[in-house]
Amino acid sequence: MLKQTEGSHAVAEAVALCRPEVICAYPISPQTHIVEGIGEMVKSGELKDCEFINVESEFAAMSVAIGSSATGARTYTATASQGLLFMAEAVFNASGLGLPIVMTVANRAIGSPINIWNDHSDSLSQRDCGWMQLFAETNQEALDLHIQAFKLAEELSLPVMVCMDGFILTHAYERVDMPTQAQVDAFLPPYVPRQVLDPSDPVSIGAMVGPEAFMEVRYLAHAKQMQALERIPELAAEFKAIFGRETGGLTHTYRSEDAETMIVAMGSVLGTIKDTVDEMRDAGVKIGVLGITSYRPFPLKNVREALKNAKRVVVLEKSLAVGKGGIVSSDVRMALSGIQLHGYTVIAGLGGRAITKKSLHALFDKAGRDELEPLTFLDLDWTTVNKQLERERSKRRSGPAAENILRDLGTVASRIA
Amino acid sequence: MSMQPVKFYQTGTFTVGNRLLAPEERSVQSNMERTNSLNSGHRACQGCGEALGARYAIDAAMKATNRQLIAANATGCLEVFSTPYPESSWQIPWIHSLFGNTAAVATGIAAAIKVKKAKGQGGQHGDIRVVAQGGDGGTTDIGFGCLSGMFERNDDVLYICYDNEAYMNTGVQRSSATPPAARTATTMPVGEHPGNSFGQGKFVPAIAMAHGIPYVATATVADLRDLEYKVTKAMSFHGARYLHILVPCPLGWGTASHDTIRMARLAKETGLFPVFEAEYGELSSSSPIRHRLPVEEYLRPQKRFAHLFGKSPAYATIARIQGMADKNIRKYGLRFTGGA
Repeated sequence: MLKQTEGSHAVAEAVALCRPEVICAYPISPQTHIVEGIGEMVKSGELKDCEFINVESEFAAMSVAIGSSATGARTYTATASQGLLFMAEAVFNASGLGLPIVMTVANRAIGSPINIWNDHSDSLSQRDCGWMQLFAETNQEALDLHIQAFKLAEELSLPVMVCMDGFILTHAYERVDMPTQAQVDAFLPPYVPRQVLDPSDPVSIGAMVGPEAFMEVRYLAHAKQMQALERIPELAAEFKAIFGRETGGLTHTYRSEDAETMIVAMGSVLGTIKDTVDEMRDAGVKIGVLGITSYRPFPLKNVREALKNAKRVVVLEKSLAVGKGGIVSSDVRMALSGIQLHGYTVIAGLGGRAITKKSLHALFDKAGRDELEPLTFLDLDWTTVNKQLERERSKRRSGPAAENILRDLGTVASRIA
Repeated sequence: MSMQPVKFYQTGTFTVGNRLLAPEERSVQSNMERTNSLNSGHRACQGCGEALGARYAIDAAMKATNRQLIAANATGCLEVFSTPYPESSWQIPWIHSLFGNTAAVATGIAAAIKVKKAKGQGGQHGDIRVVAQGGDGGTTDIGFGCLSGMFERNDDVLYICYDNEAYMNTGVQRSSATPPAARTATTMPVGEHPGNSFGQGKFVPAIAMAHGIPYVATATVADLRDLEYKVTKAMSFHGARYLHILVPCPLGWGTASHDTIRMARLAKETGLFPVFEAEYGELSSSSPIRHRLPVEEYLRPQKRFAHLFGKSPAYATIARIQGMADKNIRKYGLRFTGGA
């Protein structure tokens, strides 16, 4: 059914259609609307046979999820940013134990400086935690990916993060096609756990594992994600058969035929990039796009296939590996091993900095001339940066950097005026 | 019910042998159908108070729940010595997740059980119940946030803390349950104030009571019948329950393996460890001290307090510890006033 709704609420409804049994909620922006929405559905009785638990921290949220999933309940939670870091120990534990929890990450920057706006620092900081990570481009895709995520997680006994851009998607009202319960039931079978805490068949879970078996256990986690590389496209096809939509999969290309310049990105910024590419294509520029939906497992083959004929690749990412440059670009470089082309890393949109078509036009033009630096920070205010660097050179007790910069910039209102 | 013939041994305690009791009054451990939930063959040290406490506690909980029990376990001695595979000693469904999240894991288990029951997928032999267990480090320090959250929500979990008063698994470091003056690897008996500081630490049973949860109790491994009784009673309540058991550690305390029960009894009889029950935040019973002893009797056999004795005893420090015992006796009504 088509409806105009908020991204968070669309996800809440989609999760409810998946018949979750235990949901843990701890408030952190920008994921709050999702668990608020589900909480109301549980309390009103609309969502039956579901325990909604208001926990005292994200660490507890993931820990409660571990307990309920290990007891055979379909389990969901949502978090963002600092919350994901606060639960990090339990995040690794959940995947290590092989528990198919589904969690929304409403992507948000990580402090310090504290910042509530969107970038991908949070989920990318957990890129090696053993969870699968699917990135949504639109609210429709976010909604659909949650339904696929439960099936993927439960088939493989591995947890899945569905990553959607905080505010840009979570708080945007747009049209979505909300599936029916019958459709979701046809796609998603009841959860049958591989391991379960059951007094009629007692098992120990979470025992000490020494050097004699640790490598094998870890390898199997990797092997499962390699299976996911096969399964994710199949699930997208099964999804299409029931819901009639192309959603999910590992990667998507856009106008990439004969493209000399390929832009690689994840999440909602792909929309702006595609609009920019449309305009450039109209002007005769051979430019195309590769969107990565599955960041973990990382689809090396698909990425290589999509990029191998290009002359240059620009990875535009909302994350920063401090001291090196890009995170996603490292993965892309690995996919292109042995292929000679110009590779550019563009760090963009950190902490919610707007990524505009105007900036992208200029950026892609420069890339097309191969005049781009290997590492570029899109729309970085060099005046501000240099002022602070000068301050630090001239005075030992230069004070806190972020606050100095804010003072230099003046109030946000004055800048808008 | 098949019963094991139990001989009566004079143990020097106030316990009576099982053969003098009616079958229904006999201990869980004396029953041949006890579950041995924590089976023999684990790797605990000789004289481990925690292994003893856990065996009695979990077997009693198993009996009380008709064997419909799931356990969540914090990282720590109990987890490590019981699980090196394929030698798991646990005969019950058991999960270890992390050091600091056991109460929350148990909450998740309880939530799943509740949903499954509502869907008609519950236990085939009665309601499934949950225990969470951890040492003092996993309970009073790193797991305290999750513990308080579980209490506050009144989740249907019995949390058992096996308190041996320091981080024994990592090599005897101070926890917030370490008593003043005690030597640990991080509170060495050196300097002007040797051992652990006075004026620090927390007594979690009192904090549990402050949450107003249905049942809070303390126990020691010196009175295992009392321990079984308290576990059984705890399982008669729904909602959050907390049982704090003093479990001497021969390694960390520097006591002889055969003195574990004696040390637990002395902790109680000196008043340093108050044994009581509380319901809904109010004290409901106290185990009186029958032969009150000065704290020296408890402190002297322990190497962790050795620096208080020797050539020039630390009289002032011992007096301060005696003051703590006296305060417990007043606060928890531990003075024996006659009667059975």
